[in-house]
Amino acid sequence: MEYIEEFRNGDVAQTLAQAITSSARLEKHYRLMEFCGGHTHTIHRYGLPSLLPSNVEMIHGPGCPVCVLPMGRIDKAIALANLPNIILCSYGDMLRVPGSNQYSLQQAKARGADVRMVYSVDDALTIARLNPQKEVVFFAIGFETTTPPTAYAIKQARALQLTNFSVFCNHVLTPVAMDSLLQTQHSDANAVNLDGFVGPAHVSIVIGSQAYEAVSQKYQKPIVISGFEPLDVLHSILMLIEQINQHRCEVEIQYTRAVTREGSLLSQSLMVDVLELRESFEWRGLGSIPNSALQIKHEYAEFDAEKRFALPDTIGVEHKQCDCGAILRGLKKPMDCKLFAKVCTPENPLGSCMVSSEGACAAVYAYGRGSVPV
Amino acid sequence: MSTVIDTPNRIKKLSGPKLNIKHGCVELSHGSGGRAMAQLIDQLFFTAFDNEWLAQKNDQACFPITAGRMVMTTDAHVVSPLFFPGGDIGSLAVHGTINDIAMAGATPMYLSVSFILEEGLPLSDLQRIVTSMANAARLANVSIITGDTKVVERGKGDGVFITTTGIGVIPNGISISGDKACPGDHVIVSGHIGDHGVAIMSSRNNLQFFTTIESDTAALHDLVHHMITAVPTIHCLRDPTRGGMATTLNEWALQSQVGFMIDERQIPIRTEVNGACELLGLDAMYVANEGKLLAIVSPEDSATLLTTMRAHPLGQDAAIIGEVVHDPHCFVQLKTKTGGIRMMDWLAGEQLPRIC
Amino acid sequence: MCLAIPAKVMKILGFQRALVNLGGIEKDISVALLEDVTIGDYVILHVGYALTKLDEGEAKKTLQLFAEMMHGAT
Repeated sequence: MEYIEEFRNGDVAQTLAQAITSSARLEKHYRLMEFCGGHTHTIHRYGLPSLLPSNVEMIHGPGCPVCVLPMGRIDKAIALANLPNIILCSYGDMLRVPGSNQYSLQQAKARGADVRMVYSVDDALTIARLNPQKEVVFFAIGFETTTPPTAYAIKQARALQLTNFSVFCNHVLTPVAMDSLLQTQHSDANAVNLDGFVGPAHVSIVIGSQAYEAVSQKYQKPIVISGFEPLDVLHSILMLIEQINQHRCEVEIQYTRAVTREGSLLSQSLMVDVLELRESFEWRGLGSIPNSALQIKHEYAEFDAEKRFALPDTIGVEHKQCDCGAILRGLKKPMDCKLFAKVCTPENPLGSCMVSSEGACAAVYAYGRGSVPV
Repeated sequence: MSTVIDTPNRIKKLSGPKLNIKHGCVELSHGSGGRAMAQLIDQLFFTAFDNEWLAQKNDQACFPITAGRMVMTTDAHVVSPLFFPGGDIGSLAVHGTINDIAMAGATPMYLSVSFILEEGLPLSDLQRIVTSMANAARLANVSIITGDTKVVERGKGDGVFITTTGIGVIPNGISISGDKACPGDHVIVSGHIGDHGVAIMSSRNNLQFFTTIESDTAALHDLVHHMITAVPTIHCLRDPTRGGMATTLNEWALQSQVGFMIDERQIPIRTEVNGACELLGLDAMYVANEGKLLAIVSPEDSATLLTTMRAHPLGQDAAIIGEVVHDPHCFVQLKTKTGGIRMMDWLAGEQLPRIC
Repeated sequence: MCLAIPAKVMKILGFQRALVNLGGIEKDISVALLEDVTIGDYVILHVGYALTKLDEGEAKKTLQLFAEMMHGAT
C-alpha cells in the first residue's frame, strides 16, 4: 500500500527513536500531548511508548469526539432512535458508548429500535432514498475532519428534495478546545505543564495549520501537525523536542504531504454555508465551552433533527467515580481511575474513554497493560 | 473405512409432486412433520447427501465404534449473507465442524445436521446450500448420516441457521490440547489471515467495496493428518475462527498459563486484506478465518513441521510467527512493525469498523 | 476523529464520485470536497470522502529526509 507502508518502516522508527533519545535533554522531562484520538490509537497500536526514552511522556488529549460527547447527547440520540418510524444511522464508534444508566444505542437496537451502522453519511442518504416512508436521522459527530461530509450531505439532501432525512448535529471544533484545555491547565493548581502538542492530522487538512497559530502564541506552546503513521508521530515528537530545546513556539507542519497553512477552502466554505457556531456546548470533561460546536443554520432547518423532533431535555448521569473528565484534560492517567480495569473494562465500559477505541483508557487497557511500561 | 452393516436397497422415495425448487419457497408445512416435510427431506436433503444411513430413513444412524479415542464437536452457523465469495453457510458448516474435529488430531467420520429454516427462504437457495454441503462432505470423505428440520415464521430467522455435530476418532499416541503450550515453543500459522472476515464484509451492503478476496473456508483434516504424521508431538492446534488469531492466542494463554510474544512482521496477510482492514479500521488479528490453523510445537520440531505444512496446498504460506513465553499475567504481546511492543488483548465486544 | 488513508484514483465516475484503489481493494467514494481530481492522483480518504489530494512531491521529500537520517545514523 503506497504512501502507507513506507511510513511504518521499523528501521526508520529505530533511527527516529534514537534521534529522540539523543535530542531529549537528560535534565528535562518533556510532557507532550497528542491532541487527536487517532494519534492516541497509533501510538499504542505500534507500541511507540516502548521506543521513547523515559523522560519523554505522551499525555492523551481530548481529541476523541466519541469521548467528549456528553452523556446527555447520547441519551438524546437514543431517544431519537426510540421514536416511532425512525431509522437512526450512526458511525460504528458510537454504538457502544454508554449514556445514562449504561444504556447505549446498541442496546436500544437489541430492544427493537432501528439503529443502523454506516461507514459514511452517504449511506444514510441512500437509506433515506430507499425508505421514503421512514424518517432517517444521521447521528453526526466528529471534529472538523468529519464535518464537511455532513455539510455536503445536507446540501445533497436539499438538491435531491429529500423530505425524510435529518441530522442530529454534534460537530465540535479543535482550536477552541485546545484553548479551553490550556486555559484550564493554566488555572488549575494541580495541573502539570504541557510542553507542546502533536497536532491533529486530518482536522488540519480541513482547517489548515494557521488555525492553531493564535492558541500557540497565546499560551507559548509549540504545535507540530503530525501525519497519521507511526513514523510521522515519531518525527513530530522529534520536531517538538527540538523546538522546546530551542525555546521556539511555532506551528510546524510535519504532515506536509497533506496539510497546508490555509487548509481546504472548499471544505471550509461548505461548513460555513450549512453550519454555524452554537453559543455554547457541553463537553464531557471540559465543561461548557462557548463557540466550540456547530449547529445547522436556519436556512437548512428542515434537516435539523433537533428542530424536527420533540426531544426530551436530558442531563446525563455519569458514574460518580468515573475519571473520564480528568483523563480527557490530561490531569490523570487511566491507571489513576479507581474503576479502571476493575469495574470499567471494554466489555463493561462505564465511561466514554473506555468504549471508544481511541479513548485513553481503551488504548491503555487493550495495548498497554503488558510488561513493557506505558 | 468399510461399514459393517449390510447395505439395504434404497427405500422407495415418497410419491407425490416434485418440489418446485425453481420458484418455490420454504413454507410452515415443511416443518410440520407431514407429507410436505417428507417431500422436502426426500427431494432436497436425501438426494444431495445420499448414503446408506439416510436411505434407512430412521430418526437415528447407527455405526460401529472404532479403535482409539472418539471425538465429538458441535457448531451453530448463523452467517449473513448466506452466500459470499468463496463459499456459503453450507460449506462453512461442514468445514467448520470437520476442522474442530481435526484440531484434536482426529479423523472426521460422521456429521449430523440440523436446519432451522425461515418461512419464505427460496427453495433454490436451500438447494444451493445443501448441494454445497454435500460436495464439501464428499470431498472430505465424511458422511452426513442424520439430521433434523424445523421451520420458523417469516421474520424469526435469518434465512437459515445450521447446526452441525461431528464425530471422529483420534489415532493412538496423539494428545493435542490447548493446555500443553510451554515457554520456548514456537507458534506457526498455516497461511494468510483475515480472508474470510473480509470476504464477508465485502458482501454486506452497508460496507460495500469491491475485492477479489474470497473466503478461505476449507477442510483442514488432511493437512493436520500430514502434520501429525511428521510431528506426532504437536502440543496445540486450533483454527482461529470468530475473534481471529488474537482470540485463539489469548484462549491458549489462559489454558496453558503462559504468555506469547508474536512478531507482526512474520504474520502472512494479503495486501488486499490489509487494505480492507485499513479502510474499515479493523485489526486483522481479530478478523475471522475459516481455513487456517495455528499450531504450537516444541522448538526442535518447528522446522520439520513448517516444511511439512508448506508442502501441502493448504499450508503453502505457513510461517513461524512467534513464541510462547513465561508470563504470570498470561498476556499476548506483539512486537509491531516499528519495533515497539504492545499487548494484543481479548477482543472487546464486537469489532465494529472504526472511523476514528 | 481522524482515520483517513491514502488511496489511488482509478476511475472518475459521475455525480462527483470516483473509484479508488487501496492495496487492491476498490471503493466508490465521493470527491465532492476536491476542486479537481485526475486518474492516478492519490487522495486522503475519510468516511467515504476524499478530503484532499496527497502531495506526492512532499511525501517523497519526507521519505528522503528519513533516508538521510538513516544514512547519518549508520
